[in-house]
Parts: sequence; structure tokens; C-alpha cells
Amino acid sequence: MAQLLQIHEPGQTPAPHETDSPVAVGIDLGTTNSVVAVAEDGAINVVRDENDKALVPSVVAYAADGSAIVGELARRLLLDRPEMVVSSIKRLMGRGLEDVKSLAGTLPYDVEPASDSGSGMVRLAVAGYTRTPVEVSAEILKALKERVEDHLGSSVDRAVVTVPAYFDDAARSATKDAARLAGLEVLRLVNEPTAAALAYGLDEGAEGIYAVYDLGGGTFDISLLRMEKGVFQVLATGGDAALGGDDFDNAIAEFFLADRRARFGDEHLNSSDAKVALMSARLAKECLTKQKTGEWSIEANDKTSLHVLNRTRLEKLIAPYVDRTIKLCRDALADAGVTTEDINGVVLVGGSTRVPLVRRRVSELFGREPLADINPDEVVAVGAALQAKALTVGSDMLLLDVTPLSLGLETMGGIVDKIVPRNTPIPVARAQEFTTYHDGQTAISIHVLQGEREMVDQCRSLAHFELHGIPPMVAGAARIRVTFAVDADGLLTVSAREHSTGKEQHVEVKPSYGLSEDEMARMLYDSMQHAGDDMTRRLLAETRVEAKRVINAVEAAMAADGDLLDDQERAAIGKAVGIVESTIAGNDRGAVSAAVEGLEHATKEFAERRMDRGIRRALRGHDVREFDEPTATTGEAGGE
Amino acid sequence: MHDIGTKPDDRLSASVDVAIGSVSPCWSCRGPVVNGDVFCGTCDAVQPPGQLDHFRRLGLKPGFNVDVAILNRLYFDCQRRLHPDRFASRTPRERALSQQQSTSVNEAYETLRDPLKRADYLVHLQGSGVLTEGCNLVADQELLTESLELRELLAEAETIAEVAALEKRAANDIKSCIDDLSRAFADVRLEQACRLTTRLKYLKKLEDECRVRRACLSDRVS
Ligand SMILES: [Zn+2]
Repeated sequence: MAQLLQIHEPGQTPAPHETDSPVAVGIDLGTTNSVVAVAEDGAINVVRDENDKALVPSVVAYAADGSAIVGELARRLLLDRPEMVVSSIKRLMGRGLEDVKSLAGTLPYDVEPASDSGSGMVRLAVAGYTRTPVEVSAEILKALKERVEDHLGSSVDRAVVTVPAYFDDAARSATKDAARLAGLEVLRLVNEPTAAALAYGLDEGAEGIYAVYDLGGGTFDISLLRMEKGVFQVLATGGDAALGGDDFDNAIAEFFLADRRARFGDEHLNSSDAKVALMSARLAKECLTKQKTGEWSIEANDKTSLHVLNRTRLEKLIAPYVDRTIKLCRDALADAGVTTEDINGVVLVGGSTRVPLVRRRVSELFGREPLADINPDEVVAVGAALQAKALTVGSDMLLLDVTPLSLGLETMGGIVDKIVPRNTPIPVARAQEFTTYHDGQTAISIHVLQGEREMVDQCRSLAHFELHGIPPMVAGAARIRVTFAVDADGLLTVSAREHSTGKEQHVEVKPSYGLSEDEMARMLYDSMQHAGDDMTRRLLAETRVEAKRVINAVEAAMAADGDLLDDQERAAIGKAVGIVESTIAGNDRGAVSAAVEGLEHATKEFAERRMDRGIRRALRGHDVREFDEPTATTGEAGGE
Repeated sequence: MHDIGTKPDDRLSASVDVAIGSVSPCWSCRGPVVNGDVFCGTCDAVQPPGQLDHFRRLGLKPGFNVDVAILNRLYFDCQRRLHPDRFASRTPRERALSQQQSTSVNEAYETLRDPLKRADYLVHLQGSGVLTEGCNLVADQELLTESLELRELLAEAETIAEVAALEKRAANDIKSCIDDLSRAFADVRLEQACRLTTRLKYLKKLEDECRVRRACLSDRVS
């Protein structure tokens, strides 16, 4: 299922999180590198390979048979067989073609035009195959899943996955789809700076307001959080989902290529040449964090060129991007209503914060040295694992996050009417009333957008959908209440109700940048032979959780109002509970459901007596909770 | 006007005093639950949020003076019990209800932490039936003139210092306006509270515009 807009009623959300394996892991799915961490024996362990490396390069190479190689091996293939390799795929998550940046007019990907399926998701041609960003990301997630399974010696099927705070709904949905394709249920999408703050705050016992400056390979986030006794409250977040170390690489590569043109004249470059130039640029950037100057080569069209770059020149090249991050920090401070004096500490996250110019500018802005006593590459995965533990085992800490971007609707004249402003605490729900403009109109078209600008074409289009089946009435008589809910993952759900008739309306949703339901189903089918088994297992788990809930409720009611039952009735209910318990131990979902139904039937009259007593007490003006005279009530019940 | 179930006109009709004390069946154990209770007293199942005013939802007495530290503490307490993260391994129904509860708590917090939204809400809460026109329609020549004058000053300001001075003036006016609001609500002078809320609205807007203008000017300098 494409998760862009899940339309469902309360109580019908997807499968519960109780499955057979209790372990849930934390995954930082990065633009350049990814990391997986897991809570074990009270500690959080970052999973490392045999060379003690935690970072898995987010690079996927496709072999001729379509099989994928992920990580360091794929990264090494980038120079020799660039046409087989995809890197920085995160930049394309939930994006349209117009979002892809080019290098000297050449994209470092071979992009295919969108298919006729109608969704605008970018498709890549790699090693003779067509792949979506969701599929490529799923390969990375699968590799991380295998890594942690090898480490634990058991299977893992649930994870907390981090996303940039500034990721929009489409990119979040795409990330969730990728996890699903990799066989991982996403317990929660957590914003990267929030995860970092969690790891940092819990580790250092930090209290007060902290700024988390997170500059990764492809994304920039600034989050301001209040940390107080285990609560992590995001006050404001800002950023740019297309600003990161990759831009530094791009600027350096452009510089190298201009240098090359000056020597060799104009030459034709293909996407593989672009990848080679970017690789040299990246090496230059990394070297110049330690040394002052160096020389790098670019090989293309059988000609090798050498390029000198020193740190001063590098800083000039990347300054515009760093300036932009500083401006976004100022905006976030204003949004949070705090000044730099209110900040108790600045935490640096992301590999790109190793660049000296970045550190210098951040120190200048906040008037203090940033905290660097944590590994900026691993802290996000540690935070994700902490949250995974909190969601499964339980914890005292609590994350309170916000919407990074405003949510709005298109109104007359292409203007966006903001429904949920940015930095609103989530979960959030807002309703909007719509009506018809023509007599007998039976459908209304709604356009949902995300972004801060005022005009429709300046915001990201999330979805167009139509409300059908409105009963024909005179213009303006219909009252359709559309509710937009953003859940704790930052994902949007839309539901609609026609008021004048009270009829719930079906909402048709066409995701602008997501995968269609058919595409997702095909991918799941292609990737997992066991999809059917998986579904059965999940449904059984869901039914068990529900059955346990019913038993708990009955037992609590017996403890509170058992005096309303005679011995025979008590025995009958006890027997019904026993049947449910024995079916829970088995694997027959139908049997569990039937036993639960039997128990509900056996307690029906008991429930009625309890309600009756409750109402009587309320009428007498007593609070039920204070009422305590167990002996006097048996007679009351007998009279029913 | 976008918020759910809390349009000004139905705030009072959802009178808490009527609801409290009466009972409804718990969806889980089917026994009685006192209306307004967040959890079932018997089986502990989370209940639907129901109709509560924003103050009572967080455990505050309705009134304009809200201690932000206390508000934060109450808000955190509510979310510690109700946030969906606390229900991750529960049944779908419980998770959906916790999301609804958590959403209602966030809405209450969002409204009460900002003096302007709080004043606006309180005027509607206490003034429903009294001020039929609603707050926005208070036409006051004096207010209008003041607003126009300040806007003109901002339009004429050309240096960062000038804008900053105006911003400071707006901030001071906001402070005194909030003090006046506090007194008006204490004395139950609703029309005065309404007028002050309108004044606070444009002062805040002016402050925002000053900030944007100052950012523009400083960008130009650097
Ligand atoms: Zn109950």
C-alpha cells in the first residue's frame, strides 16, 4: 500500500506491533552511509562488520542478473563500473524528476521517463534494469537487516527508521514503503535530529534547550529541542531536504570540470563521467578537512586531468551552502521564539559537520563551541535504537515532535490556504468544511499541498483527490467535513464526512509522487515469496493481541464488580476465558476469534448489570470511583 | 475555524458540568466510565477524548492567567500517558484512541500556550451568547487608527535600527496589552477583553512584520 494517504477509520489502523520476535532495531538510512543499532542487555550497540566498521555506504551495485550488492563493495565499483552503481538515492526519495540536480548538465543517474502508471516517481536505468528509488533503498535496508540478524543470530522484522526532519510526506511514505519491501515493519519514523538529541540527552543527562545541527550528505536539518526529565520536546525545526555534503561535492566537481574545460575545451560527459568527477570531488573535500592543499585527478574520455585545490578555495566554493544553513538556523530560532543566549548546547550530527568551515560558522552563530564528544555518524542510529526499545520494551522517555512543513489546500486563484502550520506538535488533526458551488453537484476536487509559500506552484503537491457521491442538492447546501490528520510519523491521513446526510464518504486519493497500490503489490510479490505467510502471521498476532485485551478487560471487571455474579455465572465466564486462553496458545486465528465472541456473549449480561449499577450511582450523585460498599449491592443485582 | 469540534458556537453547548458525573459504557470492558475520564477506572483502557474544554483537558482552571511552567508540566504529564508511542504494542483500537487523545491534548496545549490564542479562545468560551458578532468584528476607530499609524512607521523605516526600535515598541505594547487582558478577564469585562484581543492580534502581526523586515535588511548588509 502506498502510504501517502492512508484512508481508514479509527480502529482499523494496520497490524499491531506485537509479533513473534521481540527485537526491534534502529536504522539510520543516510544519503551517503547507513547505520544499524540495537538495544541488547540494557545497552545500545551499533552493529559493526568484521573490520569494526559501523558505516555501510548507501551505495547499491546491480549485477547482470539483477541481484544487488550493497555497501563498501558497491562503493568500490563506483569508479570502475559506474553504470552499474547507484549512490545518494535518498535524494530521490519521494521526488519528481524536476528535483534532481545535474552536474555540468549531466545527471549522475540514468533517469527513465515516468511510466504511464500515472505516478511521478523517478525511475532509474541501471545495469539494464529499471529501478525506483524505493527499490534501491529497500536493498540498503535489506543489507542492514541481514547485518543485524547475523549479529543477533535471530530474525528481525521491526525497526525504527530515521528520516530528515525536513522530509515531506511523499519522502516519508517512500521510506516506509522501502522498509516494507525489505521485510521490515516500521514501528515509527523518527526525525534524525530528534533521534540524535535522544541519544545525546539520555547519554549526557542534558537539560534545557539544545540545538541540533544536522548536515548530512543530502539533507540539512536544524532542530531546537527542550530536554526535561526524559521528555524531548521539539520547539521548532527547519531545514532543506536538498542541501548537504553532496552540494559541496557538486561545487568542487564543477570547479574541477571548469578547470578541465579550460585545458581540453568542451567535451561530452555521460552519467558515468559525472559519477567519477563527483568521486574525486568527495575525496578532495575529505582530505581538505585535515590538510591545507592537494591535487586530484579526473579520468574521462581517455584523458586524465590533474586539479589543485586548497582549503581557502574550497571554502569559497562551499560558502553559499553553509550560509544557507546559517540562515535556516536563524529562522528556526525565530520560529521557536528563542535567541542564541537561550541555547544550552549545540550538537553536531552528520558527516558533513566535519568540514572546518561548517564548525566555524556554527560556533560563530551560537557563540559557543559545538559539542563534538559524540560520533556524528552513529548518534542517529543510537537514538533510533533507543526509540525502538521504548516502543517495544517500554521506557520513561518521550519524544514530542512537530510538523516540519505547513499543510495546505488549494483555493481560488491558485493560493494555498494553510490548514496545519509548520512546527505544530504532532499528532495533529484539523478539519475543514467544504460545500458545492453548483446545484446538483455530486463531487468536489481537493488539492493538498505542503510547503511555506503562498502560491500552489511554489509548494509541493501531495495529492489530488475527489469526493464523490455527494447527494444532489442546491449549491451550498452540502456540508462536507474533511479531516486532515498527521500522525506521530508525520504522515498525513485524510477522511471525509458528508454532514447533511451523515454519510461517510469514500475518498479517492492519487499520490503525486508515491507508488501506486499495484506497483507496491508487484514489488512485494517479486521480492518476497513468503508475503502470504507473513500476512497470515501478522493477522494471527493481531487477533491474539485483541484476545488478550478482552481477557484483561473481563478480569478487571470481575475484580471490580464480581459481586454482581452468582457462582454459576462466575464459573461460566471463567470457562469462556479458559477457552480463549487455550486458543491463543494455538495457531488457529478463526478459533481465537470464535472464542473471543463466545466470551463477549458470556459477559453480556454482566456488562449490563455493571452499567446499571454505574448509572444508579451516578444518579445518586456519587462518584463511582469513591463508592465502596461491596456487601450491599448483591441484592440490587438480583433484582435485574 | 479549522479546528475540530471546537468551533466557538459549540464550545459552551458541550458543557462539561452536564457531562461530568454521568457515565457511558467502556468500549473495552463495557462497564461504566465517568464522562471526561481518560482511562476506564476498571479495565484501564484508553477512552475517546470526548468534549472537554482545553483548560480542563490539561487539568487547569479556565482563566487567562496561565503559568507556562505549570502548563508545560501538565502537558508533559498528559502526553506521557496518552502519546501513541505509549501504545505501540496495543490493539489497533487503542492505538487509534491514543492518537485521538494525544491530538486533543496537543490542540489544547497549542491554544493555551500562546496568549493571543488563549485570549481568543477564552473570549469565545465565556462570551458565547454574549458577543454574538464574535471577536473579529469589533470595529473600533481608535484601534484602527493606531494600527494604521504603526504600519506607516514600519513602511517608512529604512535602517535596521529604526525597525528594531519599532519592534521593541511593539513588544512593549504586547506586554502591556497582555496585562490589560488579564485584568479584563479577571473583572469579566468581556467586551473590553474582546477589544484587547483584537489589539493583541495586530500588535503581534506588526512584530512579525518587523522581524521579517529586519531579516531582509540585515541580509542586504551582509
Ligand atoms: Zn473498561
